[in-house]
Amino acid sequence: MDLHDIDHIASRVLEKLEERLRNRSAAQEKREDDPIIFSMEKKVMVDHPKNARVIEAAQAITPARIGIGRAGTRMKTHSLLRFRIDHAAAQDAVLRGVSDEFIHRLGLPILHTQADTLEKYLMDLDAGRKLDDASVEWIRNNCPTGKQVQIIVSDGLSSSAVEANIPDLLPALIQGLEMNHITYGKPVFIKRSRVWVQDQVAQLVDCDVVISLIGERPGLATAESLSAYMVYRPTPQTVEADRTVVSNIHRGGTPPIEAGAYLAELIKDILAFKASGVKFAASRG
Amino acid sequence: MKLSCVIRNQHFQFSSLKEVLAKASEEKSGDKLAGIAAESALERAAAKVVLSEIQLKDIYENPVIPYETDEVTRIIYDDINQQIYREICGMTVGELREMILRHETGQPQLARLSRGLTSEMISAVAKLMSSIDLVIASQKMKFQAHCNTTIGEPGRLAFRCQPNHPIDDPEGILASIKEGLSYGSGDAVIGINPNNDSVESVSRLLHMTHDFMQKWQIPTQNCVLAHITTQMQALRKGAPIALMFQSLAGTQKANEAFGVNKEILDEAYHLMLTEGTSTGPNVMYFETGQGSEVSLNSDHGVDMQTLEARTYGYARHWKPFMVNNVSGFIGPETLYDGRQVIRADLEDLFMGKLHGLPMGIAPTYTNHMRADQNDQEIAGMLTALAGANFYMGVPGGDDVMLSYQDTSYHDDASLREMLGLRPLREFEQWLEKMGIMENGRLTPDAGDLSIFGEG
Repeated sequence: MDLHDIDHIASRVLEKLEERLRNRSAAQEKREDDPIIFSMEKKVMVDHPKNARVIEAAQAITPARIGIGRAGTRMKTHSLLRFRIDHAAAQDAVLRGVSDEFIHRLGLPILHTQADTLEKYLMDLDAGRKLDDASVEWIRNNCPTGKQVQIIVSDGLSSSAVEANIPDLLPALIQGLEMNHITYGKPVFIKRSRVWVQDQVAQLVDCDVVISLIGERPGLATAESLSAYMVYRPTPQTVEADRTVVSNIHRGGTPPIEAGAYLAELIKDILAFKASGVKFAASRG
Repeated sequence: MKLSCVIRNQHFQFSSLKEVLAKASEEKSGDKLAGIAAESALERAAAKVVLSEIQLKDIYENPVIPYETDEVTRIIYDDINQQIYREICGMTVGELREMILRHETGQPQLARLSRGLTSEMISAVAKLMSSIDLVIASQKMKFQAHCNTTIGEPGRLAFRCQPNHPIDDPEGILASIKEGLSYGSGDAVIGINPNNDSVESVSRLLHMTHDFMQKWQIPTQNCVLAHITTQMQALRKGAPIALMFQSLAGTQKANEAFGVNKEILDEAYHLMLTEGTSTGPNVMYFETGQGSEVSLNSDHGVDMQTLEARTYGYARHWKPFMVNNVSGFIGPETLYDGRQVIRADLEDLFMGKLHGLPMGIAPTYTNHMRADQNDQEIAGMLTALAGANFYMGVPGGDDVMLSYQDTSYHDDASLREMLGLRPLREFEQWLEKMGIMENGRLTPDAGDLSIFGEG
C-alpha cells in the first residue's frame, strides 16, 4: 500500500463519517462530543443580495472565490478559515513525493536529477535541471534515439498533479501522436526535476520535440494542476520564450484526456513549423 | 574607490563594486543561489560600510554590466541627464541617503535628482536604508500618469481587478470582474492573465472587457497580459486595447528569455499611440520582480535588488502608466520567507519611485514559500503607508489560474478605508453613481455582484 492508497482510503472513511454524522444530527440532538464538520461547499454568503440566483450562477462558472460577502471590508469567518485550510493543504502538497509504485504502475522508468533532497531541489535550481550520472547512463543504454518526440513526466512542485492527470493524459497524448504518425521514444519519469532538464534529455536522445508534463506549484483552488512545456531542438542558446507552454491541465481546467489530444495536435504543428515558443506563435498566427 | 574596511579589528577586502553591492544586500535566498551573498552578518555590515563611502561617480564609471554588451545598461545611461549627474557625482552613497531623508528634500527635489541617478546608485542607497527609512522616503514621492484615468494623485489608491480563470472562460471572468467592481476594485485596470496566449483568445477577452466597460460606462482601462507580440497582433487585427502589458527584467539576457527587446517595446509603444483605445499619453503596463534574472540564469553575478533597480531604469524609457512589482511570485529559491518578501517590497517601492515611476506593489506569496497571509497583509499595509499607487485585486486573494496569493478585493477596500484613501477621481464618481461607495466608504450594497444584473 502506498501513500496514494492511504489518502484514498482516508478520504473514503471521512466521507462515510460525514454522511453518518449528517444523518445522525438530523435524527437526534447534536451531542457535545461530535466533531465540527467544516463545509468546503460554495454558498452565497452575501448579506441581502439583490439576486441570490445570479450570484449562485456566477459561482458555478468559476472556481474563483466570489459571492463570499464581507464583514465590514473583511472576509467572513468561514471564508477566512476556508482560505487558511486550503493554504495549509497546498503547503503540505509540496512536501509529498510521488510514490515509486505509482510510477511503476504507469510503466515509466524512474530517473533522478542532481537534487538528492527536497531542500536542495527547492533552493538550488541548477540541481533540478541536470540528471545525475546514473540517469544519463541509463538513457544512453535504454532510450532509442532519433525519434521525433520524447516525453518526460516530472513531479515538479506537485505530486498530486502527476497522480491526478498522468494516468489519463499520457495514453491520450500517445494515442494522438500515433494517429498523426509521429514517432516517439521511451517516456521517462524524472524525480525532483525542473523544466530545463528537458534540454539535456533532448540532446541525449536526439529528438525533434521534447515535451515535459510537469506538476505546477499547488494553488489554493487545486493542487492538481499540470503544465506541458514543449521545445523544438533545444540548444545551449535556447531561452524561455522558445518554449511553448500549456498550463492548467486538471479536471477544473483543461481535462487531461482533452489535453492529451490537444498537445498531440500542437506537437504536429511545432514539427511542421520547426519552431516552438514565441516564434512558433508568430508564424502560426 | 576604496574597497576595503576594518571593523572590530577585522579586515574586509572586496574585489569590485559589483561584489560590494551584492554583499551589502539584506539576506535573500536568490543571492545565495547565485553564490554572491555575504558569507557572514559582519561581512554584510562591512560591505554596507564600504558602500556608504563610495562616490556616485565611482558607481557611474563601473556599471555592473558593461554598456557595450547590455541594452538595459545602454538605456539607463542614455536617459540620464548629464547636467544633474555632474551636480551630484561627488556625493557618497551615505550622503545621498541623508539628502533623501532630509526635511528640505521633497518631491520636486527628488524628481530632479532622479534624472541624474543611474539604477545602480538607487539600488546602492536603498541598501543603506532600514524599513522606516524606505517608508519615509517613499512617502515623499508620488508620481502620476494618465491613460483613461489619472493614477497617483495624492489621497488616492487604485486597484487592478484581476479576474483570472483557469480556462479563460469569458463568462467566468466576467463574474469575477463584477465581484471586483462591486468592491471598488478596477480603477487602475481590468487586467486578465490569459491561460491561452493565442491571438484569437486574447482578442476575445479584449472585446469582452471593452464591451462591458462601454455598457456600464466604467472609466478605466482594459488589458490582457499576453506576450507583447501577441497583443500587438491582436491590436493590428482590430482588438480594443487601452493598456499594453509586458514583463521586464534587468539584463538584456533575461529580457531575451522573455522574448522582448527595445525594438519590440518601441514598436508596441508607437502602435498603442496610433491604434490603442485610450487617451494616454501613458499606455504601457510593466511587471517586474526580484529574482527573475537569477531563475533564468541571466543575472551576470549581480544581486537581485540591483537588477530590479535596473529593470526600473529600463522601464521608465517607455513612460508607463503602471509598473507593478511582483517580488514573491517566483518561490523560495529567490525569496525564502515572509521577512524577505516584505523587505523586497519596501525596497522595490522606494527604488521604483526614485526612478520617477508610478509604482504599484503586489505583495505575493506562493505555496512552496515559508510565508502566509499574515506576512502578505503586513507587506500590503506597509507599502500602502509608503504610498504605493496601486495593488492587485484577486477574488478572495486566491488566483485560480496562476496559483499564487495576492491582495484580495477585501484587502483593496480595507487599505483604502484604513488610510482614508479614495479611488481614482473618475472611478469614484462612477462607484457613487452605481451605489457602491459613499463618502469614501463601501455602502451596504457593495460586494454584491448581482447589482450588474444577469447580462
